[in-house]
Parts: sequence; C-alpha cells; structure tokens
Amino acid sequence: MTAEVTTNHYLVLSFLLFTIGLFGILARRNLITVLMSIELVLNSVNLNFIAFSYQHSDLTGQVFAVFTITVAAGEAAVGLGILIALFRLRETTQLDSAAELKG
Amino acid sequence: MSGADLLFYAFAAAALLGAVLVVALRNPMYGAISLLGTFLAVAALFLLRHAEFLAIVQIFVYGGGIMVLFLFVIMLVNLHRLRETTKYDRQTPLAAVLGLVLVALFVTVFALASFGPPLARPEAFTAGAQGISGNSQAVAWLLYRDYLLPFEIASIFLLIAMIGAVVLGRRA
Repeated sequence: MTAEVTTNHYLVLSFLLFTIGLFGILARRNLITVLMSIELVLNSVNLNFIAFSYQHSDLTGQVFAVFTITVAAGEAAVGLGILIALFRLRETTQLDSAAELKG
Repeated sequence: MSGADLLFYAFAAAALLGAVLVVALRNPMYGAISLLGTFLAVAALFLLRHAEFLAIVQIFVYGGGIMVLFLFVIMLVNLHRLRETTKYDRQTPLAAVLGLVLVALFVTVFALASFGPPLARPEAFTAGAQGISGNSQAVAWLLYRDYLLPFEIASIFLLIAMIGAVVLGRRA
C-alpha cells in the first residue's frame, strides 16, 4: 500500500475543515467568529472542487471554484455590513443580542 | 513518500490547525490571523493539484480582500469595550453531537468508496485549445467561452452585494 496522496486525502481534509467550520457556526456566540467559520466552510468546498477537478483531469471544477470565491466575497461584504449595523444598534457583536424576532 | 506528499501533509496540518484556532480562540483578532494561515495553506494545496490560477486568486481575494475586510471591522467595533461573558452558545453540545454524527457518516462513506488513483493528465490543466499555454489562460478560455452567462451573473451579484454592503453600513 502506497502512501501517495489521492483524492480521498483531499476529501478527508476538506471534510474536517467543513466540520470545524460548521461547529464554529453553530457554537460560537460572536458574529465575527461565525462569519470566519462560514469562510472556512466555503474554503473546504473549494478544496473538494479542486480535488475532483484533478481526479477527472477536467478544468470545470476550477472554473466553478472561481464562482464559489465570488460568492464568498459577496457574503463576507454583506455579512460584515450586517455586523456593523448590529453593532450600531446594540453596541455588541454577540448573536444573542439580535433575538428581536424570537417568538 | 515523495516530496509532494510531504508538502500535502504539512499544509493540511497547517490548514487544520488554523481552522481549529479560528473556532477556539476567544479574541477574533487572533482568530483572523489564524484564518489567514488556513487560507494560505489551502492556496498551497491548490498549487499541489495543478490549480495555479486559483491559488493566486485565493491569496488575493481571501488573503488580501476578505482578510482586510475582517481586520477593519474587528478594529471598527473596538472589542476591548465588549465583555464576552461566555464564548460558546447554549447549543454547543448539540453542535458537537452533530459534528460527531457527520464524522461517523463520512467515515462510513469513506470506508465504502474509493476513487482510485487520479487520471492525472497535467496537459488538461494547461492546454485546452490551440495556442493555450498556462493554467490561467486555460481557465480563462473555459470561463469566457463556455461559462460566459454565469460569469456575467456573478458580476451582477457582486454589484448587488456591494450596494447592499454600502446601504447596510450607512449611518441611519
């Protein structure tokens, strides 16, 4: 059995990054950290695209990863805009303080 | 084990370490710096998979743009005045259980499925049509020929996001 790095290695790494990011999104209370965890998740998706692009020797995966990066950039801009708005309103970045719609 | 494999393990470890620190550190400023480490390690992993253009885009967009955005906002909200009473939410046990379930699911799938060795035709990443040399040109060729409509939609999306961010950040 060779120790050569295969697509599965990349999938494991990408999956671990995804799980860490998901845990951060669900568990942390600071909105800044939650947004950074979302970036981790998007990065793990990109790793998957690149791994399968290499697996099939097909450039389409790389092109799609460009679009994922675009969405990540837009998400970061709007998310941080919301954070600034929340900070103006509540003087905090804790997510618990934004529970106005709570039933 | 070849040198490329060693590089994979080194950068994978760096990426995972950075990710864990992002979630674990209390101060978002330190979290942002470790996130930068993860971005750079992932860019190196792109390089190892023949995605040279994307590696540079990753460094520019994530390491440059998004990271500067995060650092600006962290300095803007002046975290020293904020007292974070507890770092983790009430639903943390639930999140941990969900993560463990996901790990179990993936281990099962991983044990069952293997994709075998990659096709590894490096010329596919550098030469699509006639006269193309280099990964950037090959990606651009595909992007502007086959995926022109998604590309234009992405530019409209960026415009909308920019307007949205400006409106949200405006002093009411």
